[in-house]
Amino acid sequence: MMSLFAFQGAVELGLGYGLLAIGLYISYRIVNVADLTVDGSFTLGAAVSAVLTAAGHPVFGVLAAMVIGSLAGFATAFLQTKMKIQPILAGILTMTALYSVNLRIMGKPNVPLLGADTIFTMMASVVGDKFSKLLTCLLIVLIIMAAVVLFFRTQLGLSIRATGDNEDMVRSSSINSDMTKTIGLCMANAIVALSGAVIAQMQMFADSSMGIGMVVIGLASIIIGEVIFGHSSVLRSVIAVTLGSVIYRIIIAEVLELGMPQGDLKLISSVIVALAISYPVLISHLRMRTLRKGNDRKGEKSRA
Amino acid sequence: MLEISGLQKVFGRGTVNERVAIKDFSLSLQKGDFVTIIGGNGAGKSTLFNLIAGTYLPDGGKILLDGEDITFQREYLRAQHIGRLFQDPLKGTAPSMTLEENLALAYGRGTKRGFSIGIPKRDAEMFCEKLRALGLGLEDRMKTRMGLLSGGQRQAVTLLMATIVTPKLLLLDEHTAALDPSTAQKVLELTQRIVREHGITTMMITHNIGSSLELGNRTIMMDEGSLILDLKGEERANMTVPKLLEVFREKSRKELDNDRMLLS
Repeated sequence: MMSLFAFQGAVELGLGYGLLAIGLYISYRIVNVADLTVDGSFTLGAAVSAVLTAAGHPVFGVLAAMVIGSLAGFATAFLQTKMKIQPILAGILTMTALYSVNLRIMGKPNVPLLGADTIFTMMASVVGDKFSKLLTCLLIVLIIMAAVVLFFRTQLGLSIRATGDNEDMVRSSSINSDMTKTIGLCMANAIVALSGAVIAQMQMFADSSMGIGMVVIGLASIIIGEVIFGHSSVLRSVIAVTLGSVIYRIIIAEVLELGMPQGDLKLISSVIVALAISYPVLISHLRMRTLRKGNDRKGEKSRA
Repeated sequence: MLEISGLQKVFGRGTVNERVAIKDFSLSLQKGDFVTIIGGNGAGKSTLFNLIAGTYLPDGGKILLDGEDITFQREYLRAQHIGRLFQDPLKGTAPSMTLEENLALAYGRGTKRGFSIGIPKRDAEMFCEKLRALGLGLEDRMKTRMGLLSGGQRQAVTLLMATIVTPKLLLLDEHTAALDPSTAQKVLELTQRIVREHGITTMMITHNIGSSLELGNRTIMMDEGSLILDLKGEERANMTVPKLLEVFREKSRKELDNDRMLLS
């Protein structure tokens, strides 16, 4: 069993990556696009946030990360809607391009933030060291949750939700579906970049490869959250995927403590996501097999 | 109200599969006209609707709606004035959103979608009234996900959505063909009532020759992308189903090969 200290650390990370889950929920579930930009925009957020934090502007770093993250989303959306590139490929293109952009922003493969003032040290000076990370993450997550839930109740929000659900219907209701998709992807990547920005300041460094596998980690959080807490409304889903991220981090902390090498984590994450998504197919396949076998046996009996 | 002149559409131009879908098609509708459209498979009826609604762009000709040239206007822009229903009840609604949310989306037709509340209370009350008027008991299921309703219920709601902001033109593409006979009858009655109430200019594709003569005030017949018969007034009033089939045989020099048309 892990210590209380390790548990708190896992919850903090879970909330930080919970933002990633919320962002991915918007693109994957609401806009209905598997957006691979995420691997790049997460690092983009971290890079912007780290560079500005090193320069003494941690809060501005977080805000700037969101704005620039939304530009990454815009690039993917543009490739998808105007250039008619397949959604998956559009995401891969932006993600790959972002790798170079991130190196340019940081100027080197990683930026350490030793001794720099961060949003967490600022919080610590008010509430003390012990819960500063937890409270900061919680505050940011709650603000984003409220903003997302309220936004998807507006007319524009409804239009974006409908775009993911039935694009034909949206166009015939005189809504520009290219526009709604673009706004959705911008929002999603802004929140993903925010996640990167927060994680960079929490871990006190940004690294050009820290975004690898973020799509899978985000999906794992979404699936864990939705299975356990349900997904009947946007409010419920947003809370569920954040808690899913926390649970994912607790599981990871636990298996690491049990001695699994850190390098195996991504393999495990992929297996979890693959199994969870194919779960309904596997179940129906097994059921069919049992039925078929049962029939064969009956057939044999009647012949005998 | 609707002026179509010299409309052309060719698919696969320059390939072995080149096919003229719409050939020099012209039609003029008055405000409040209700036209039924009949014709065999591949006659170009649905292509005509796709050209009017902007799903495809034509290769020639002009479409004027209420004096405005919409020939090459983008689909979502002209959707402000054109309501459309398809044969497939799944096409017209967002399945994982609630009835109320679907209606709210349709009610925003032609407005700018901004940050105001998606479903204000007075709108919700109005939707409830409109649903009650359908007589399907849907007013108690405003929070139900659209995907849980039956095909007939979904089609009735789609009809309501297409007309909740009165469109200048309503396009009905065999919108009752996928429904069972009694539901289809109900949806047809609803269609008639709503169209008459608001005096909406309507075009309806049907495979049912009987109802093509019963409904509306004008019937046109299409074959190979052209208009081959235009019935209105007294001539239409005196027309019967067997006579219409006879006319079709003469005009196109072929049999109506569609069992559905003959049997219904």
